Amino acid sequence: MAPTLPTAHVNGQPQTLPLDPRRTLLDWLRHDLGLTGTKKGCDHGQCGACTVLVDGKRINSCLSLAALHDGDSIETIEGIGTPDALAPLQKAFVSHDGYQCGYCTPGQICSAKALMAELAQGWPSAVSADVAARPIPTAEELRERMSGNLCRCGAYSNIIAALKEVIGAEALA
Amino acid sequence: MHLPLSDMYNQPDERNLLDQMRQGVIGQPLDRPEGPLKVSGTATYAAEWRIDGCVEGVLVLAGIAQGQVSKIDRDAVLSREGVIAVIADPAMTRRPAQGMAAKAPQQDAAKVEYFGQPVALVVAQTFEQARDAALALPIHYTDADGDPVPFDPAAPGVKVEAPSSSKPVEGGDLDQAMQNAAFSVDVEYETPGHASAAMEPHATIAQWQGDSLILHGSYQMLSYNVKEIADCLGLSADKVRIIAPYVGGGFGSKLGITHEAVAAALAARELGRPVRVVMSRQQVFQTVMRRSETRQRVRLAADPAGRLIGLGHEALVSNLPGEKFAEPVTQATEFLYGGENRLLKVEVARISRLTAGSVRAPGEAVGMQVLEAAMDELAEKIGIDPIELRKRNLPSAVPVAGTPYSSRMLTQALEQGAEAFGWSARQDRPCQTRDGDWWIGMGVASAARVNMMVPAKARVTLKADGSAVVESDQTDIGTGSYAILGQIAGEMLGLPMARVDVKLGDTVHPAGAGSGGSFGAISTGSAVMYACEAIRAKLAKALGCDADALVLKDGMASGGNAPARPLRDLLNGEDIAETGTIKPGKTAKSFSQASYGAFFAEVAVHAFTGEVRVRRMTGAFGFGRVLNAKTARSQCLGGMVWGIGSALTEELAFDTRDGHLVNHDLAEYHVPVHADVPAIEVILLEERDAAASPLQAKGVGELGICGAAGAIANAVYNACGVRVRSFPLTLDKILPALPDPFASGADTAL
Repeated sequence: MAPTLPTAHVNGQPQTLPLDPRRTLLDWLRHDLGLTGTKKGCDHGQCGACTVLVDGKRINSCLSLAALHDGDSIETIEGIGTPDALAPLQKAFVSHDGYQCGYCTPGQICSAKALMAELAQGWPSAVSADVAARPIPTAEELRERMSGNLCRCGAYSNIIAALKEVIGAEALA
Repeated sequence: MHLPLSDMYNQPDERNLLDQMRQGVIGQPLDRPEGPLKVSGTATYAAEWRIDGCVEGVLVLAGIAQGQVSKIDRDAVLSREGVIAVIADPAMTRRPAQGMAAKAPQQDAAKVEYFGQPVALVVAQTFEQARDAALALPIHYTDADGDPVPFDPAAPGVKVEAPSSSKPVEGGDLDQAMQNAAFSVDVEYETPGHASAAMEPHATIAQWQGDSLILHGSYQMLSYNVKEIADCLGLSADKVRIIAPYVGGGFGSKLGITHEAVAAALAARELGRPVRVVMSRQQVFQTVMRRSETRQRVRLAADPAGRLIGLGHEALVSNLPGEKFAEPVTQATEFLYGGENRLLKVEVARISRLTAGSVRAPGEAVGMQVLEAAMDELAEKIGIDPIELRKRNLPSAVPVAGTPYSSRMLTQALEQGAEAFGWSARQDRPCQTRDGDWWIGMGVASAARVNMMVPAKARVTLKADGSAVVESDQTDIGTGSYAILGQIAGEMLGLPMARVDVKLGDTVHPAGAGSGGSFGAISTGSAVMYACEAIRAKLAKALGCDADALVLKDGMASGGNAPARPLRDLLNGEDIAETGTIKPGKTAKSFSQASYGAFFAEVAVHAFTGEVRVRRMTGAFGFGRVLNAKTARSQCLGGMVWGIGSALTEELAFDTRDGHLVNHDLAEYHVPVHADVPAIEVILLEERDAAASPLQAKGVGELGICGAAGAIANAVYNACGVRVRSFPLTLDKILPALPDPFASGADTAL
């Protein structure tokens, strides 16, 4: 029996991982799979534009080698929603103008999706008054938790407004 | 009355056509039409086009600041797996093109003028192969001819010149006015260099088809960029096509073509296959464009009533030898406040650092924050409210020049902003308000940014099915061009937005203004409006009514005694295509045109550490007609975020021993992050300015930064009594002067 090639699931589809061990998860997604929604802003884990979800947790895909992801389940912006079927977070970014040039946007949205799961799981942050209590999604908490995602256009206020809308809607649901 | 098409804008178009239209989409806070693509990762940026056979290039930067490349040891890397070529062509650029250059910048990259200048390009099958080979490529240098150029504008013997790009403004006798003044300030401020730091690094994919070149790239001003690249390569401009429908931010750094575009084109020509070159973040920082650091002396002389009798604003900026651009620090000082006795002057120090050029709001971004901080000092000396000081000093015409203002909403911005912000709660003196360990203070500053129009064309086609297409090579770098150009066409042609398609960012379309200097919307927007006006004239004729009587709404045409008809019927199976043109004319000289506003900031200064946090900001802005209240608001928000960075964190740090840029990435050059940006309130003041454009609109893209950092610095002083005259206001500059944190004196506790 032939050995199984290292494989990751990307947006639900099995994909064979690259042979060059230098290839980052980011470059594999963008160049090999053509999933260019994940952006390269700095390639050094400083800007967050390359944020994707690996087994539900957000990471900077530029800081992770693709070969390390055998068996992982990876979700990119393309898996969150398409132009004709946007996810609620994506719709909220549009209606609140939570972007300008759009280059940091996929990373912001992936980060926000993971942030919502982290809140639901009760993860504290550096600004949580009580790390043992269930975090309350105040604007301050959201800003702290989104601070790994830079936006040079300065759409921050609108991004937080978009998050508040979606998180508020979830809290009510 | 109809203005001729293709005219220079020589007199204000007072017809105000947009306000007579019926569709009701202009100005509305509509979502960006390209939004669903951007939020789903399906908008295609420069590096993301899939082009068969494309190989990867990585630039190699000089490890010295000045000298001559004597030898490049190509063989050391050509044997590596995947490496295809090492390109070191004399046509490669050593400086980027300045905005609107429309010709080649300095070429011959073998002559090194600053640390980190590109000197070669390595091409390989994959990015990793090219990157590794670029790092390993041995480059040998010989010393530069002649005297070394200093790294530091403050170095002894540095050459200081009057820039060719601006003349001093002189009037009366400023020294005498300072002596006669009842109140005066004479202060020196410093601002550091800034980086644009657009989120998308510069990238180009170059592809030749015969002797024609196609570039997928990230640029702001395509019709100029085509000429720049053509000139670099010795082509005629009609052989170059640029495609850039989505640009991941620019802020000046993509006004002119830069190194990766030329290198990619040369490599693709030599290798006969497409080549992609994407600059690393560090390469963008080191090679593209910096805002110059400035040293500014401001002199303000006021009479006993607080009216300015003298105003001096002198600045020292820097650039490479021979480079024409000089940060126009005093640009808004010329027209903002009174004081007939005046001296406004910029000088440029010739140093060895990367090229200085346009970074968002060149001039006002750093000039206004210093002028507005100095005005705060004057208000304190006089003992009047800083808003009142500003209102007392708004001249009826531009001092010295005597030019009338087209429109000016500064008083309204100050008043409405103050009301919304709650300015009346501000304490007159510092150190009056404590919230736990934090001193709390409020500050205000005026906003001002010149308004400019540049030549622009756009084609509008009303299709036989009654839908419209707008086409221009205008870029949308996050500014909202797709949204506002569609709204102008929808308003003029009476179409809902779903029936208007906007195609931008491709030089096969008519040449728009490009994105820069806040002029894209009013210039290309006016061209769209004029194209629509020509279509309306044809529709009126088909309907049988006067053009002035034509009413278009929701795809129906009516007017005069003619019965209402669907556009589709009127068109009778034919498209109508018209190209609108606008060029700046006499209105640019006969009126002082600017956008205005006011900033209000509340800050907290930590009583023990000097850390500054901005707690909230309000901005009120008047920039003529608002074309889209959502995207215009976002422009203002973004500018104010830049103001926070300029006030508190952003600073290019150069090593004055070897000239290298120390903080050449986003970990060390600190742009504001989410946690730095509080709730920001934006108030848009509706205004009509016929002298600025037939749209009655002025520029807004840069207004939000022009003075914002001054409001924050003034709030810091109001909070803790420390006046820092060196931006950014980092805690090391505040801490030594902080008052005793335990002293009682705060008479207002929150």
